[in-house]
Amino acid sequence: MTAVVAPAPPKCRSGTASLPGRRFVLPTAFIAFLISLQELLTRTEVLPSNYFPPASEIFTAFIGELGGSALPDALFGTLSTWLQALVISVVLGTVIGVLLGLVVPLEAFLRPVIEFLRPVPSVALIPLVVLTIGTGSDSALFLAVFAAFWQVLIPAIVGVRSAHPVALETARSYNFTLWQRIRYIQLASMMPYLVTSIRLATSTTLILIVTAEIIIQMPGLGYEITMSRSAGNPARMYAYIALSGIAGIVLNGLVRWAESRVASTHGKGGKQ
Amino acid sequence: MLIVSDMEKTYPTKSGGFTAVSGMSFHIEEGELFTIVGPSGAGKTTLLRCISGLDDVTAGSVTFNGQQVSGPPREFAVVFQDYARSLMPWITVAKNVELPLMKKGISAAERAQRVASALEEVGLADAMEKKPFQLSGGMQQRVAIARAIAYRPQVLIMDEPFASVDAQTRADLEDLLLRIREETGTTVLFVTHDVDESVYLSNRVAIVSRSPSRIDEIVDIPLPYPRDQIRTKSLPEFATLRTHVFGRIREMVSTATPMAA
Repeated sequence: MTAVVAPAPPKCRSGTASLPGRRFVLPTAFIAFLISLQELLTRTEVLPSNYFPPASEIFTAFIGELGGSALPDALFGTLSTWLQALVISVVLGTVIGVLLGLVVPLEAFLRPVIEFLRPVPSVALIPLVVLTIGTGSDSALFLAVFAAFWQVLIPAIVGVRSAHPVALETARSYNFTLWQRIRYIQLASMMPYLVTSIRLATSTTLILIVTAEIIIQMPGLGYEITMSRSAGNPARMYAYIALSGIAGIVLNGLVRWAESRVASTHGKGGKQ
Repeated sequence: MLIVSDMEKTYPTKSGGFTAVSGMSFHIEEGELFTIVGPSGAGKTTLLRCISGLDDVTAGSVTFNGQQVSGPPREFAVVFQDYARSLMPWITVAKNVELPLMKKGISAAERAQRVASALEEVGLADAMEKKPFQLSGGMQQRVAIARAIAYRPQVLIMDEPFASVDAQTRADLEDLLLRIREETGTTVLFVTHDVDESVYLSNRVAIVSRSPSRIDEIVDIPLPYPRDQIRTKSLPEFATLRTHVFGRIREMVSTATPMAA
């Protein structure tokens, strides 16, 4: 399961900031062009419209859903599971990562187990999860945490160990307590790694939850996608696909925003 | 009194072991400013790490006031050359200075007072709430010195502390060190590869040979304190002492076997 993280948009130099048009108008125009092209190709049946409903129909279906009760429920179901999965995987991955990073023999002991479990694609566990946990949202939660946990754990271990030797020797020579060393040196050295892994986990958990909803058929965006397909309503299906995409963009944006808030209160942390 | 007695340090290598320091013996009196100078690759840093308790000695001993040094003693503070790594970049200057004081059973009020006076001492009273990365290199090293003096060590150990700052800043920091020593009476163990710096600062200069390094000669520096960058350095005695120390080091480098280079 690979999670795709959008690259950061190129930073706008202050000199070109006076041309916001360039940055927003052109991309928006291009998107509008793509939508119109889709509309044209489907209306003219170049693309069969029973598989590819025209954009305007998808949009109408989307607006129709906004008034119904299925969309808020589905959105809430997916997002609440996502938030739980993100928090659990980040907290668990960080705490265990710090522990394994500090206690080298423990990490050496557990490494074979970690290296065995880590590459297991989360989706491969779906049958097992259905058997053991059932078809509730707990199953999606487990799958998402299982996938994202490793993405947090491994960078956490590396991050804790990336503390500079001079910083660690300073701690030793001033007889820092263990907590002071972890709090002021190792957590700081881990921060850049943690930020990246939270961003990865954001996408991974969302992907896994939507997948689980489609396959296990539990309430959420994925469930609405697959139900629309079996009900022969492709426009509604595309509307929900688009909604999952938008959810991904918004969540990624929120995480980036939180990240920049943290960076501005803590400083960039120097060149670690 | 700090006594280094027949100290040896060997690092394990594939070919049996590399002896960085061997048969090293000297002592440092209380309140003395003692400098170790030697050619690069002379195991000065190894020596200092063993004395400060950051490394174990292979043979011999380091004792401070009758106590064998094993692990960094509470009475020592170390100022590293790499100030940028030695300071915690994410916390304020004041917090950096306060951090080592947080568990010595010192009250918050006294900590605050010590932090303020240490930063005042190094001329950084205005920078308390800044982050280290917002300061210049020289200022960061001042923070590291403030941290050391707020800790009130009996021995201040400095490993080439001024090697990565510009010449003007370096002179200022040397004078800062002399002033602090004058006011606090702290014993200072200073390591440098700069001959002028060693003669300018010290009561005694120990010249160490290339590895396995041992004391080549200990030179008394009877120049009067307070010292002055211009006046002291223009004294004929300064020139004589400097020439002597420099000559010893040059001799060592030229007679060294080529493999040492």
